[in-house]
Amino acid sequence: MPSRILKKRSLIPGQTSELVLDAPHIAAKAKPGNFVILRVSEGGERIPLTIADTDKQAGTITIVYLVLGKTTAQLETLKEGDDILDLCGPLGKDTDIHKLGGPVICVGGGTGIAAMHHIAKGHHMAGNHVIAIIGARTKDLLLFEEELKRFCPEVLVSTDDGSYGHKGLVTEILEQRLKADPTIGEVVAVGPVPMMAAVARTTKPFGVKTVVSLNSIMVDGIGMCGACRVSVGGKTQFACVDGPEFDGQLVDFKELSSRLSAFKAMEQISYEEFKKSHVCKCSH
Amino acid sequence: MSANAPTEKKKGKAVPRTAMPEQPASVRVTNFNEVTLGYTPEMALTEAKRCIQCKKPLCVKGCPVEINIPGFIKKIVEGDLHESYRVLRETNSLPAVCGRVCPQETQCEGSCILGKKGEPVAIGRLERFVADTFMASDACEQLTGTHACSLEHEGLKVACIGAGPSSLTVAGYLSSLGIKVHVYEALHELGGVLIYGIPEFRLPKEIVRKEIEAMKAQGVEFHTNWVGGKTITVQDLLDQGFNAVFIGVGAGLPKFLRVPGENLIGVFSANEYLTRVNLGRAYNFPAVDTPAYTGKNVAVFGAGNVAMDAARTAKRLGAERVMIVYRRSEKEMPARLEELHHAKEEGIELMCLNAPVELVGDEKGWLKSLTVQKMMLGEPDESGRCSPIACDGQFCDIPCDMAIIAVGTGSNPLMTNSTPGLELNKWGYITVNEDTGETSIPNVFAGGDIVTGAATVISAMGAGRRAAKEIARRLLG
Repeated sequence: MPSRILKKRSLIPGQTSELVLDAPHIAAKAKPGNFVILRVSEGGERIPLTIADTDKQAGTITIVYLVLGKTTAQLETLKEGDDILDLCGPLGKDTDIHKLGGPVICVGGGTGIAAMHHIAKGHHMAGNHVIAIIGARTKDLLLFEEELKRFCPEVLVSTDDGSYGHKGLVTEILEQRLKADPTIGEVVAVGPVPMMAAVARTTKPFGVKTVVSLNSIMVDGIGMCGACRVSVGGKTQFACVDGPEFDGQLVDFKELSSRLSAFKAMEQISYEEFKKSHVCKCSH
Repeated sequence: MSANAPTEKKKGKAVPRTAMPEQPASVRVTNFNEVTLGYTPEMALTEAKRCIQCKKPLCVKGCPVEINIPGFIKKIVEGDLHESYRVLRETNSLPAVCGRVCPQETQCEGSCILGKKGEPVAIGRLERFVADTFMASDACEQLTGTHACSLEHEGLKVACIGAGPSSLTVAGYLSSLGIKVHVYEALHELGGVLIYGIPEFRLPKEIVRKEIEAMKAQGVEFHTNWVGGKTITVQDLLDQGFNAVFIGVGAGLPKFLRVPGENLIGVFSANEYLTRVNLGRAYNFPAVDTPAYTGKNVAVFGAGNVAMDAARTAKRLGAERVMIVYRRSEKEMPARLEELHHAKEEGIELMCLNAPVELVGDEKGWLKSLTVQKMMLGEPDESGRCSPIACDGQFCDIPCDMAIIAVGTGSNPLMTNSTPGLELNKWGYITVNEDTGETSIPNVFAGGDIVTGAATVISAMGAGRRAAKEIARRLLG
């Protein structure tokens, strides 16, 4: 069934937006770690997006997307009051959240910060002390800092260019934090594949449980097609039903990166055609 | 036309089975239009007259949904196609589908007495002819004699999870008895495997859509994007007052070969490839957004209907060479004979007695070749087929830039994990009472691939029919 856009907020103009969607049947079931599959129009592609927040009372879910290709560009053309053609979920396993012996560090990069937000909130609700580490290329591309501050006693920031917070990578802050506090119970990382791989490398010497949320290519998202397969500990697993979260120390990130590039050329064709037929009338 | 006409033929020289016109192989490999074109009324009449109207028809026993086969064929001979369609619809909610995709040669036609000495009656083609003539135009009228179906049993409602052949059968059967049925489907389109799995050239989507429209006219309500076990659970449905729940969520996770290199780019499960092309209509890319990559040299592993579908799809999407790589010989192939025959006509190569041992990639992670090992046939194994035995040291490398794995599926955990108390067998499939289709949870039924593992459309429909009969018996007495 179609799902109405109740609120739209531009987080990074022309690049990243947040949508609050009317989806009571999904909101009622959604837990941190879950995702939805959506389709914007007839002939459109099914794409997975992680749920960034839910409001069970209001019957809404929040999603955040980065304009990367045709489907997300098309999504960006929709306004409040418009419908998303198909919205299906919640999908994927719930994040394993329980009271930990020590603080949990939630690391987020890029649009992954939004997905990490829902997990961090879940840990907070379970009574865990949540330390958020978020990073972006530059200050203007940083998401959800204020939202995280609502329940995270510490929100640590890094930017590649040093325009805000620590100049450098999130893993540098992570390492310092792990060194300073041997009681850290768990690390969760959501973001670009190289970032998640780097987080897993960073935590390895400390022996801290490290959970990563994988963004592999999906078609149906309901355990049918096998497109989202990833090698975890040498075994084939399916991100849609066995994940999307896995033990970061066991994931074959190199294979994941490679598989993510499978349709790059074709996605580019779609996107270019869309841009040609859809000259932006907004920013003149 | 006399109803006795067919029996008169019995004594004369055997009339050959009427061939069905089809697109020439050289033309059809360039399009996704249906391969077979169906009988003309004259052909159907000629073929229908071949039926000798057995007193104890074996064909009916061979049909999982027990179609009154002599009955519907007799009506064709009598020139009453309307009545013929009504007879079909009595037990089959999807006759236009079954007429196309059923393995008739092992079911109804396999049991036909004419087949003992010559060729069996082309029951499937006749079913298709009658169904296509009406194309479910007015299902209510066919079933009840009125244009608008009314639900006679207002208080009763049944939920089906999944909108594939088994659930559609339950929905068609119960709604024709006046019971309200709600169908919950996870994908954005209805039909299950009929939509995402079976290619347009074998089963046009329009056919499926029309059969479903007929069910809507009968009062069935469909809900898309509702995932069984996630958006809605069995308990939710029971809590909402449904009198019975039918689980028909199909098979699930594709099986892989467990050989090195199968996560390389260019290696697909048949489910992924066919879902992209059928559900996503990737053959129209970039007019549609779902892409499907097709290589020059394509290897398909497995030799069932799904493998044939994938191989023929790859050919249509521009592959130069498509090989079916199979461990046993052509004789053991599980695909329908007609599909195998069509595939060969279309230039699909059979590489029998070859087992894949490794998929080899280039430095960027793209598949570039395939290593196979020669096999020979040994004694029959538990499946009754000769077992493949590896020939020592006989390996061969084949250039190959795309591979499709079509060696079956396992059980989908979404539904079964979310239903406490649901008894499963050791492979994760739902255990049911064989006579009623009831699961370990009272008034919760199941059928189709989630019970049997990957099987045929018609066996899923048979399971749906069995469960629907039991549900009707309990609800209506």
